[in-house]
Amino acid sequence: MTDETAIVVESLTKKFGDVEALAGVDFQVESGTVFGLLGPNGAGKTTAIRILTTILPPDGGRAEVLGYDVVRDAQKVRLRIGMAGQFAAVDPLLTGRENLRLVGKVAQMPNDLILPRADELLERFELTDAANRPARTYSGGMRRRLDIAAALVARPPVLFLDEPTTGLDLHSRNELWAMIKELVAEGTTLLLTTQYLEEADRLAGRIAVIDGGRVIAEGTPSELKAKLGRSVIELSMADETDAFRAERALSHLGRPELDGTILRLPGNVPGGAMEVLRALDGAGLEPDTLMVREPSLDDVFLQLTGHKAERSELEDATVPVGGAR
Amino acid sequence: MSRTAAIPFTIPDERHGLGRIGGAISDAIALWQRNLIGLRRTPQTIVFSTLQPVIFVLLFRYVFGGAVSQTLTVPYVDYLMPGIFCQMVVFGAMLTAVGLAADLKSGMLERFHSLPMSRSAVLAGRTTADLTRNFFVVILVSIAGFIVGFRIHTNVFGFLAGMGLVLLFGYALSWVFATVGLAVGDPETAQAASFPVMAPLVFASSAFVSVATMPGWLRPFAEHQPVSVTASAVRALMIGNTTPGTSTATYVWQALAWLIGLIVVFAPIAVRQYRKAV
Repeated sequence: MTDETAIVVESLTKKFGDVEALAGVDFQVESGTVFGLLGPNGAGKTTAIRILTTILPPDGGRAEVLGYDVVRDAQKVRLRIGMAGQFAAVDPLLTGRENLRLVGKVAQMPNDLILPRADELLERFELTDAANRPARTYSGGMRRRLDIAAALVARPPVLFLDEPTTGLDLHSRNELWAMIKELVAEGTTLLLTTQYLEEADRLAGRIAVIDGGRVIAEGTPSELKAKLGRSVIELSMADETDAFRAERALSHLGRPELDGTILRLPGNVPGGAMEVLRALDGAGLEPDTLMVREPSLDDVFLQLTGHKAERSELEDATVPVGGAR
Repeated sequence: MSRTAAIPFTIPDERHGLGRIGGAISDAIALWQRNLIGLRRTPQTIVFSTLQPVIFVLLFRYVFGGAVSQTLTVPYVDYLMPGIFCQMVVFGAMLTAVGLAADLKSGMLERFHSLPMSRSAVLAGRTTADLTRNFFVVILVSIAGFIVGFRIHTNVFGFLAGMGLVLLFGYALSWVFATVGLAVGDPETAQAASFPVMAPLVFASSAFVSVATMPGWLRPFAEHQPVSVTASAVRALMIGNTTPGTSTATYVWQALAWLIGLIVVFAPIAVRQYRKAV
């Protein structure tokens, strides 16, 4: 991989009425890497993507893709990017193949390459069997895969995916992650937004945590985790009363964080997990589970923003923290 | 991925000059085809677009016809059909608004914005597809008209010229309703928002009844608004001139002036709205 910069964002601002969607955002993405924009709903992630994909003009600042300004050289940018937005933007009345053909056509691909490319993508996204069915008959996961395939038709060197797995079940999500990893292995530069911390951790080489229209932290996933610098002891108690009693029993070990029936302590408390168990035993308490784990990006986010990363209503689809790692 | 690597292609250059115009046309054709595929997969659109005017023909011909015909010098059905054709394309233009609003809502327009296509292609592709739909509906409704006794008084060329004028009028209206669809951005709202625009144009017109029966304050509007002017022109082309003092050519020129005026005013507004739509 070359070390050139594929995406440059400098002091980018955008207001919608009184709402400051972007309040001066800076970041850079190296060619051939995956960059994750991580943040809760309304943090400004989608606005940043829309500006970078020339859909929306910025109010101030500068954004460049492969050296082309998204405002002045919008058309040159459009010839080099692929975009899949938050809602699968496929024509429900067209078949999978027709959807891809339409995009190839208006992306100015040579005619003789459009259909082979469409078929190749349909195969790769496991849509070959559904290729001749109107997209309205597709499941949510299939539609999303078709949407991402559409973003890839013209083989763009830079790809933007806005919350690619929001609304997908766990299985489809894992499949999509595997496909995204394959793409990146081929040298595509990818900017993706997500509110799933797990997703950014899995896919992105670098992450910018964005909140309230600002980048509040940036680095590799391990750098961000290192900011927290310690593992976490997590206890699950039978009920809230027990959890409350446990909090008091462990108060000599620092201030445990109480969250319903869950208690969290820094992993470096004197005596470690053994001391925690001993203290609980002394108080006649027994945890349902005790887990020592690496800090997750959830923990990082909480520390950086002072609030939890908001999840969409599809939270059940989230991989449990610490699981599937 | 060895197969992937087997299909190489390079990033095309930005289009300039003639290439840009050619590109705009080929983009519009791609979108036109896309919308026609959609139309083919929802045949009910054509069925209901045809059924509505046919029901109007039957209602006006057999229910109101007796009362209305006393003021006319030609059989009411002959007066009525040119009006029905005009009414029909006004109602049909609502589908332009609905279609664009649906694309806006579904995120299709957002995708199109991020693609290196002409900024006029989505609108051109939609309006020309709606023109194609009108073409079929006009044929079907004419057949229904002939069945209930509609007769051409001029000749086949006058009839075809009248049809051409109806289709052009429908095309101009598509641009008007494109602005409605892009403004509201939701198919159901687009439908609801279109009705108050359509109803006065269709009913306070000479489409179904002579303007002479309307109250004085309404007459200036009813006589000169585009549906009336176009209906009069189509009527003159199909059944000959029913009003002494105005020639067929005058009616046709007035109608052309209206529809060209509508396109000239509303097409740039629609394109500007499209650019800002997402």
